[in-house]
Amino acid sequence: MIAERMRHNLQVSATSTMMKIVPHWSWRLVSRDYPAIMCFMTAPEATPPRALWLRDGGRVLLDLSGEWRRGGTEPVIEGEAGDRLPEAYVTDGLGTFDSTLPAFLLAMIRRMEAAEPPLEGLPPNLHGLMELALAVPEEIEARGEPEESTPIKVLGAASMNVWAGVRSINEFTGQSMLSLGRFMAGRARFRPRDFWMIVEDCGAKALPIVSLISFLIGLILAFVGNVQLANFGASLYVADLVGIAMVREMGVVMTAIIMSGRTGAAFAAHLGSMKANQEIDALRTFGFDPFDFLVLPRMLALVLMMPLLTVYSNIIGILGGMLVGAAVGIPPILYWNETLSIVTLENAFLGVFKSVFFGIVIAMCGCLQGMHAGNSSAAVGLATTRAVVASISAIIVLDSAFAAIFTILDI
Amino acid sequence: MPGSTSHSPAKAKIAVRDLTMAYGSFVVMRDLNFEVAEKDIFVIMGGSGCGKSTLLRHLIGLREPAKGSILFEGEDFTATPAAERGRFIRRMGVMYQSGALWSSLTLAENIAMPLEEHTQLPPGTIRELVSYKLALVGLSGYEEYYPAQISGGMNKRAGIARAMALDPDILFLDEPGAGLDPLSSRRLDDLILRLRDSLGSTIVIVTHELASIFAIANHSIFLDTATRAQGATGNPADLRDHSENPAVRLFLHRGEETEAPAPIRS
Repeated sequence: MIAERMRHNLQVSATSTMMKIVPHWSWRLVSRDYPAIMCFMTAPEATPPRALWLRDGGRVLLDLSGEWRRGGTEPVIEGEAGDRLPEAYVTDGLGTFDSTLPAFLLAMIRRMEAAEPPLEGLPPNLHGLMELALAVPEEIEARGEPEESTPIKVLGAASMNVWAGVRSINEFTGQSMLSLGRFMAGRARFRPRDFWMIVEDCGAKALPIVSLISFLIGLILAFVGNVQLANFGASLYVADLVGIAMVREMGVVMTAIIMSGRTGAAFAAHLGSMKANQEIDALRTFGFDPFDFLVLPRMLALVLMMPLLTVYSNIIGILGGMLVGAAVGIPPILYWNETLSIVTLENAFLGVFKSVFFGIVIAMCGCLQGMHAGNSSAAVGLATTRAVVASISAIIVLDSAFAAIFTILDI
Repeated sequence: MPGSTSHSPAKAKIAVRDLTMAYGSFVVMRDLNFEVAEKDIFVIMGGSGCGKSTLLRHLIGLREPAKGSILFEGEDFTATPAAERGRFIRRMGVMYQSGALWSSLTLAENIAMPLEEHTQLPPGTIRELVSYKLALVGLSGYEEYYPAQISGGMNKRAGIARAMALDPDILFLDEPGAGLDPLSSRRLDDLILRLRDSLGSTIVIVTHELASIFAIANHSIFLDTATRAQGATGNPADLRDHSENPAVRLFLHRGEETEAPAPIRS
């Protein structure tokens, strides 16, 4: 059976090897001598891809046939060759093929780890593709040899990374403080226009989102509080709850989180893309200190705007509570008086005090990640993500610390 | 092109001595020794990733050498503390790979910023200087455009205009022709030649565009990726025809193998 097939193959091979990439029907016309009329009437049926191992005397041959196309059926492999590569190929039954066939052959050759596998009998285009794929790669443009990694090395690299991270944060903080010092001494230079644009961007332009979030937070606090307090007939104390919660915690924390996502991310993305575009190098070349020029105005703008936004957020949150109060039967005047009686200047000041620190943290996280971003667009995205994650985490940690301190100080 | 000029140490604008560049423990290039003479158009060439741009960053003081030194007009630039390097750096103009214009400023503001920082000129004079610099690079009328609104070639030319803002003695251009169509690239070459001839500045260019190299350079260094050391220095056309280093000939012939050279003419 096999021998017969081979004989047939060898007979037609001379005519058919030239025709592999021409449309299906036409090579059939030539190689199989079907009546022409049949070819136009029957749609080309997809013969499944097949690889058949043959023996011809001492030689091992691989007969490739069928349509090797993506999305077709899996290739059928018949026969055994043991650990040998084919010394030649038989391709008379081979239809059209795309990359699946060379990929199949390359994988087979790679498995055998043959240095110079024979490619005899492959049609010229496939032969050319295989030669290209098997060519010895040129010397890889060096970026150092890849090192083998062991768990110890991975652990070591991770700890070194943590250490490098700590160092870069310290260095950055130090440089920011020096820059702030130069500003106080009147020696730091940045463009006032840049500063006012940043102020506008992280102040006035943040009002809508801060309004929405604060109003809803006030609303939610009032709803939740009212459900509990109504059990005791103490609905009026909703005003106390919302007032204290907003001015001490929720107002400032929510504003800080909004600003991390909005402004901290923008800082990181802006500085990161400036770095990728070598604009920061260009600043250095012209003798501008990138800290004075880029980090300082951002930090100052946030330190200036955060307290204002916090006060605004507190007021809007209390208004949100008042709306719920009105809905559950607390007259706004009563609600307002109750709020005034509980929200002392001291309470209100605590939130505003914290907002200054949160502003510094957001600006530092955003600028640090931006300045340390890598030189690609993907690195800018990574820097943005890191900036937001770092500043939100830092805000919550810092807020817990403040809570502990205020409790101990009994404020 | 004029043949290679003489390179006596006294006239050298920049002299590099035994410079080894490294990122951590990874050595990029070792033991570089070359000089850039006054009014040279000096090309730093070599394959991708061989450290051309890294060498440029060393020359303009953005990276510290692992070993060796760089002399600027005979003064050791690398031994000077970073804080005092301003006086050297102020005499250098740099155009970065894609222009690196400050994207939030217009072209005019980009060029005006160094002038405002380092000079006491009145705003009117600065405006005149800015439009003159833009006119030199053929960008008159683009003063109020932002870098994102103009083409890549224009960005590079504006980058050159900014590099020339403070009338530097020496201009560094990082891959000026990369990513430009042949005509823009040619125009940029012409611009560079005319700037050298009329301003008398020394120009150091990082590039691997052969057409540009032969058209404008009169001196060059070839960084060899394989050996991580300098392959040759000299006039590019001479190197192409007479270099004894096969890697240099291969590079300058675009990968065609060539016969061993005839002896270098004296």
